[in-house]
Amino acid sequence: MILAAAESLQVRTMTIDELLEEFEELLDWEEQCDFLIDLGFELPHFPVELKCDENIVRGCQSLVWLVAEHVVGNGVSMVSIQADSDSMIVKGLIAVLLAAYSKKTAQQILDTDIEALFERMGLNQHLSSTRRNGLHGMVQRVRCFAAEHAV
Amino acid sequence: MSDTNSEQFDAEAVRSQFPVLNQKLKQGRPVFLDSAASAQKPNVVIEKEREVEEQYFANAYRGRHSFGERINEELESSRQKIADFIGASSAAQISFTAGTTLGLNQVAFGWGRGRVQAGDEIVVTPMEHHANFVPWQQLAMETGAILKLLPLTDDARLDASAFTSVITERTKIVAVTAMSNVLGTINPVSELVRYAHAVGAIVVVDGAQSVPHSLTDVTADDVDFLVFGGHKIYGPTGVGVIYGRADRLEEIQPIVFGGHMVSDVSVERSGWASCPARLEAGTLPIVQAIALGAAIDWVNEIGFDLVQAHEHSLLLAATNRLMEIPGMTIFGPSSDYKGAIIAFRIDNLHPEDLAAMLDRRAVMTRHGHHCAMPLHELLGVTATTRASFAVYNTLEDVDALIDAVQFARQKLRLV
Repeated sequence: MILAAAESLQVRTMTIDELLEEFEELLDWEEQCDFLIDLGFELPHFPVELKCDENIVRGCQSLVWLVAEHVVGNGVSMVSIQADSDSMIVKGLIAVLLAAYSKKTAQQILDTDIEALFERMGLNQHLSSTRRNGLHGMVQRVRCFAAEHAV
Repeated sequence: MSDTNSEQFDAEAVRSQFPVLNQKLKQGRPVFLDSAASAQKPNVVIEKEREVEEQYFANAYRGRHSFGERINEELESSRQKIADFIGASSAAQISFTAGTTLGLNQVAFGWGRGRVQAGDEIVVTPMEHHANFVPWQQLAMETGAILKLLPLTDDARLDASAFTSVITERTKIVAVTAMSNVLGTINPVSELVRYAHAVGAIVVVDGAQSVPHSLTDVTADDVDFLVFGGHKIYGPTGVGVIYGRADRLEEIQPIVFGGHMVSDVSVERSGWASCPARLEAGTLPIVQAIALGAAIDWVNEIGFDLVQAHEHSLLLAATNRLMEIPGMTIFGPSSDYKGAIIAFRIDNLHPEDLAAMLDRRAVMTRHGHHCAMPLHELLGVTATTRASFAVYNTLEDVDALIDAVQFARQKLRLV
């Protein structure tokens, strides 16, 4: 139990660079897909009361809930994202998104070239079009929030 | 299924006639369980397409040269094969179109527009593919008619006890699939025809799923229109068929104009050729329509007795083994009332994840709403995984499906 908790903490603080490093060491898409699924299982718990209609991201075949909010850490206002899905592979993609956007201000999120990241990971190539649409739906949701709150 | 049938039917020999299935993929032997979306083609169909392209291709019903004449002969021969295959009394009742979807639109608007009035009723079922649902919905909206649904039983069959209350004097059209593309449910077409004709309504049958897997007899069933596509019956894409009863073909109007569908054209007006030409605007999918005849020959050669017995044995084997998997729900009626299509869900396993994991074992299924959103709403799920079987599938494919489902459960930590 303690080990599992420690691992989950580790993943939660995994930076996108660390994630990419592990991801790119894997042999092929099969292994990468398994890795994404593992990441999905380690996603922070998403409160059930947030699973409401207004938090649903449209454009996904699977259900995706996403909540973005402001948190203040070390005197800096950052965007915090929580998300969940009924699809394990989508949960893995959420983990990638959270790593890419973690500890970022609204402006930094807007400045992040997330497409380049997806391209580098080969996601556009390996995901079905509905999954790609869903992923872009999530990105849009986060970017809209960031655009409203960027200073 | 009797033992005699299984002895006569050599599934591997059938499978070996499909080049696409004889490949070795990185993940293994391709296990194609998505034939309800589109079936693979045997060598004879591919060779027929090649023969036309390489030996005598020309436009149809136009050039009076040797290629043109040969094309006309081949097309008419294919038309006759199709007529015989579905029990039509004449090849003139067979029009080529682009596919089931266009065909159903041609029937809905070509026959319905001008005949369906405000307050009339169009009856469909909740298990229709969007191609046999949306055209009727749109026709109803355009004309002020009312779209009514036949209710389903708990096991997703048409509720026959409601036929008299739903199909009434106000009904103009009953549009029904002969076999559900999601559940595999086989609908009682001839019974519906009796109810519909008794009140003066016509019956339009979506035969996309049924025609490839069971014997069709439009004359015995007395259907008014039947539409199906080429690519689900081991033929090419881009070609479909509209069958119409002779009197209905007199009534139907074209909705696509140009090409040899006219009798005469002046600046002021145009007159229409009679069917089948009337519904064949523009250049036909010539190669595809000819190769569809080859596909039909191929199916005839095996014969529906064996096709049905084999597909039903696959359905039973797959259903029994899937039901052993914890958390399994199979939608629709029992195997007695359906074709070889299984739509299922496993608790805590998203259909898209499942399909992706199955694909890693070269098991190709479809996931989603299968172009039948009203049905999925009724089933209370947004998506299902669908395994659909065809004559080239084998018991080895059933084993592969079960192994792949177990693999998915393991990877997604359900075991």
